[in-house]
Amino acid sequence: MIGTPSRPTRAVTGWLLVLPATVVLAAFTHLPIVTTLIASLHSRATAIRPARFVGLDNYRSLAADPVFWKVMGNTVAFAFGTVPVSIALALAMALWVNRRIAGRGLLRLAFFLPTMLPMIAAANLWLFFYTPDIGLLDQCLGLAGLSGHNWLGDPSTALPCLMAVTIWKESGFFMIFYLAALQGLSAELREAAMLEGAGPVAYFRRVLFPLLMPTTLFVSINAVLNAFKMVDPLFILTKGGPSNASNLLLYYIYENAFSFNDGATAATLTVVLLGLLAVLAISQFVLLDRRVHYR
Amino acid sequence: MFGRLTRAALTAAALLASSAAPFAAGAVDLTMYYPVSVGGPLTKVIDGMVADFEKRNPDIKVNAIYAGNYDDTRVKALAALKGGQPVQLSVLFSIDAYDLIEQDAIVPFEDVATTAEDKSWLSSFYPGLMANGVINGKTWGIPFQRSTIVMYYNKTAFREAGLDPDHPPATWTDMIAAAKKLTRTDGSRWGLMIPSTGYAYWMFGALAKENGETLMSADGTRTYFDKPPVVEALQFWRDLAVRDHVMPEGTIEWGTLRQAFVEGKTAMMWHSTGNLTEVRKSAPFDVGVAMLPANRAPGSPTGGGNFYLFKKATPAERAAALKLVRFMTEPERAAEWSIATGYMGVSPAAYETPALKAYVKDFPPAAVARDQLAVSTAELATYQTGRVRKLLDDAIQSALTGAKTPAAALTEAQDQADRLLKPYR
Repeated sequence: MIGTPSRPTRAVTGWLLVLPATVVLAAFTHLPIVTTLIASLHSRATAIRPARFVGLDNYRSLAADPVFWKVMGNTVAFAFGTVPVSIALALAMALWVNRRIAGRGLLRLAFFLPTMLPMIAAANLWLFFYTPDIGLLDQCLGLAGLSGHNWLGDPSTALPCLMAVTIWKESGFFMIFYLAALQGLSAELREAAMLEGAGPVAYFRRVLFPLLMPTTLFVSINAVLNAFKMVDPLFILTKGGPSNASNLLLYYIYENAFSFNDGATAATLTVVLLGLLAVLAISQFVLLDRRVHYR
Repeated sequence: MFGRLTRAALTAAALLASSAAPFAAGAVDLTMYYPVSVGGPLTKVIDGMVADFEKRNPDIKVNAIYAGNYDDTRVKALAALKGGQPVQLSVLFSIDAYDLIEQDAIVPFEDVATTAEDKSWLSSFYPGLMANGVINGKTWGIPFQRSTIVMYYNKTAFREAGLDPDHPPATWTDMIAAAKKLTRTDGSRWGLMIPSTGYAYWMFGALAKENGETLMSADGTRTYFDKPPVVEALQFWRDLAVRDHVMPEGTIEWGTLRQAFVEGKTAMMWHSTGNLTEVRKSAPFDVGVAMLPANRAPGSPTGGGNFYLFKKATPAERAAALKLVRFMTEPERAAEWSIATGYMGVSPAAYETPALKAYVKDFPPAAVARDQLAVSTAELATYQTGRVRKLLDDAIQSALTGAKTPAAALTEAQDQADRLLKPYR
């Protein structure tokens, strides 16, 4: 008799179906989070002095570490500096290449190109753009009669230079999402708005932008998370310098773990980063959900 | 179709595996990690040397694994040890010795090199290259890929400025005087650049040594960052930009400095000897190489990688590992390695080999690093070396960018280093 399987059998089948994903997630995500939490409560381990339980000592010394606060400040500034600009640029580019213009395919490709380059390759390109005197940037300034600047060697410009690379790299990627959303919108909306006498600005503000809110939510969450996880260009461009002026959270974790051999502090920093990312993601969902118009 | 391909691949893999299995009874398998942190196809050179060794020692099989830069290699070797994978020896950063001792990962060579012949081999290297490897009277690291800092200068620019291209400046005063003549006021050429990203502490070790002071004690438990000669050295570095106007202000990028020199944007630069071959190939002008100029004394720190023997190994494996290290550092091999890479020959005997003698005769700058060895000092290495190094790097960069005075920056770094190192005294 082959009929509908009984409830227990179905439950077992269900569990078996999610088992592979659960095992992989547990082994590579959940378990490491738990071990990181445990490691952050223990002292730095060496063969001579094994790790021992120290409670919140690691968190206390982190709070007293001026470099940590500098790095946190940099990371927040980095997020504020890159996210709004890359989203605005992405939207502007999407609106532009969504129209029927000659060479639209080429233009879309050009906007998307930075995203396709590996970050390390892109950072190496920018390293030579920023190089004092011989770099592209200084040569352009020279043509305009301005003198060169030590872009990456000056604490006040090192972080903005990293931001520029990131904006250049990310906005093309976010443009794709906006473009997809724009293509999904019905042309009747525009016609209806025009019939009602709305100008292009009013149409954008009252119709288009609200309709794009789900995309904006998605993109902004991604952009903020990316900003807090940014690390690759630092290896090439500044190594966090001069004197931590451009050091970001993830690079500081790397330094602690692999350059200082200090797993305990690295674990503590990782817990802080995880907590931050969780809070950011949740608050963004809650805050923006109220203003997002889902169709 | 796909299934057949997979089967073919599996068969091939099985064949490879069986052919790689040891056939001699009592054979020893060695695993060695090594880094490459300069450009060029160095992995091929190492593979060739290892193949030579296996040919001469058929009962020893060496698995040499290229593992990235110095930090990557240390992390991978230690992770392999923790994971129970066999690693009997590795080439790691010469300044990692304290950390490796603290991790109880390595054994001193004296434990393994016990015969009279072994002992005379231990004392066959340049003492300057042993400084980072000998700790508390024991030899933990044997020099292999080692470098030092030299001054590259543009001979064409020297001639143009009315300077003698065959007599590069030998003192700080001479260097400033020459740099002033070489600097063009329109900013199109600087007199001198000393890089201050990536390896700022290394360059600073040279300046401190030239001012008559080392950066740390020989047992790695004390730093001397706030001693007056050290502070003066940093003031001198800062003054090159703000008082003498012969160097750009702010930090100078290690990675693009070679390009700036080759394009004539600076007439002199301090850089690793590891760049020698590349600079020689790409510069459109006559390149001169000189020892670093002296103030109270001449000198430069050494740099680069040493061989270490790991603790987790059987006596037979340790003996085989020692054999391999001895083979790799033999004068002939050291000469071959030096010519292929630009790293130094590690023993005086290496420079007596016909191959290296002929090479130096044809290309005299290759001997500058060797001559400087007589006055070289150890690279900054202490317990907690990564953190201490970073403290000094940050202090240097904040002084060079004008955020702090040299005295304030170095005193602060010294205080923090004291806190880190107190438990080790």
